[in-house]
Amino acid sequence: METVIAIEKVSFQYPNQTSFALQNISLHVEKGEWLAIVGHNGSGKSTLAKMLNGLHYPQTGNVTIGGLILSEENVWLIREKLGMVFQNPDNQFVGTTVQDDVAFGLENAGVEQAEMKERVLSALEKVGMAAFLNQEPHHLSGGQKQRVAIASVIALRPDIILLDEATSMLDPSGREEVMETIRELKEKEGLTVISITHDLEEAAKADRVIVLNEGNLYTEGTPREIFQMDKDLLKLGLGVPFSVQLSQLLADEGLLLTQRHFNEEELVREIWTLNFAK
Amino acid sequence: MDIKLREVEYRYAAGTPFERLAITEVSFDIPSGGYTAIIGHTGSGKSTVLQHLNVLLKPLKGEIQIGSRTIAAGRKEKNLKEIRRRVGIVFQFPEHQLFEETVEKDICFGPVNFGVSEGEAKERAREALALVGLPEHVLERSPFDLSGGQMRRVAVAGVLAMQPEVLVLDEPTAGLDPRGRHDMMEMFASLQKEKGMTCVLVTHSMEDAARYADRIVMMHKGRVYKTGTPCEIFSDGPDLTAIGLDVPETVRFQRLFEEKLGRPLGHLCLTPEELAREISRLRGES
Repeated sequence: METVIAIEKVSFQYPNQTSFALQNISLHVEKGEWLAIVGHNGSGKSTLAKMLNGLHYPQTGNVTIGGLILSEENVWLIREKLGMVFQNPDNQFVGTTVQDDVAFGLENAGVEQAEMKERVLSALEKVGMAAFLNQEPHHLSGGQKQRVAIASVIALRPDIILLDEATSMLDPSGREEVMETIRELKEKEGLTVISITHDLEEAAKADRVIVLNEGNLYTEGTPREIFQMDKDLLKLGLGVPFSVQLSQLLADEGLLLTQRHFNEEELVREIWTLNFAK
Repeated sequence: MDIKLREVEYRYAAGTPFERLAITEVSFDIPSGGYTAIIGHTGSGKSTVLQHLNVLLKPLKGEIQIGSRTIAAGRKEKNLKEIRRRVGIVFQFPEHQLFEETVEKDICFGPVNFGVSEGEAKERAREALALVGLPEHVLERSPFDLSGGQMRRVAVAGVLAMQPEVLVLDEPTAGLDPRGRHDMMEMFASLQKEKGMTCVLVTHSMEDAARYADRIVMMHKGRVYKTGTPCEIFSDGPDLTAIGLDVPETVRFQRLFEEKLGRPLGHLCLTPEELAREISRLRGES
């Protein structure tokens, strides 16, 4: 496996704050993996996101992205490797049409006109928005806006895409649309995905989950491992997916279950076989 | 204070080439002291309805009764201040509307505007802050130094300080983490139960509608599609899917379980706690 991001003993403190926003964090991200970073409001998630894009620099420790150490000299090269999609779909549009908007980043990067056209179209095709080329962005639904924002990022051909609560302002169908788009991009384009989220259904789709708490790396594991620690997660201000929550409630009621189930069909089956089928 | 909508219609940019019908033939009641949820897909007209509840928008057809006042289409309405004090709206992302230097000034802004004395407004700010679960020392801080969840609470406190009888909530927990979401929803529920406040919740979360509301209004394409109790609304899954909504997770799971069981449970469970109890009771019987 190839490491695309290495964070080594990173600490960061905002001015005039007594506590650390990030404290001695170390973690690696492998190429092609989907990593979810979860934590309550104020746990350090967003600070970490900003650091990965050079909006903050570590005060101690090092961040290496695609072989480059994060520094003021390297920051522009690093931003070519890692693209970000932010929370509010309305705050990230600059163009008057969907295609202008996707072209904006390419223009800044000095891409030739002919290649630009091709990349805009192919990026919009990949997110399923090619039919909207000349639409005004503000007429799109939230999910469509975020897909255009994703197209703007992938048109620049980054290795890594970072979603900073990118679905938290969307309705359930918009959320579903965006997650499906990301899943396809990861599979077909081999993109590395980092999603910062407190939506647990979203975290459940990742290959690996990291839990931050008060600036510290609290724990990490596969979604299945993480959601076994249901009561701990609740203590940290996080929720758990529905079937995990229901497993816990059923266990409290005295039903026999071998584990906190992650998947509804699995849970139904086990309720049945261990408690009803006689 | 009851609110009744009768055949309400509204068009944006009426009389221009950009005219767009937003809602039509909308009739439903919001009973005093109850908890009504309005659900519907994005663009179904929920937010337009909401803005009629304190006459930020006036119907182009039909009428709205708000307590003893009737707001009818085609009439000049004066003195809407009283309605706006009695019906408080918490808009989406209300923290974007914070603007004062201190939390105290921000919360006092509304009451002072409605003619409350400064001393009384400060007293109310203290009370409202306690209701939303923030410590008193926050009063002296700039609202912009607070975390997102705290800012949201301050904005809600600003509405509560006007002591409205009806509290209208537009996606009040969007963007909050799970604990913040839970605490805020519980706070509204206790305002309704303990202070007799009327709550109107506009939401995408079927789980919240199922857990908290006693009446649900389903909107679709600018019209009222259906109204009923959460049990009535959520027992018809196909009907919800037809208009782009879904049943709450609990109901979905109950259906899966019933399939395995080979027969329906006695009633529809609206929360995971209720469903766990019901399954456990069944096991005891079997």
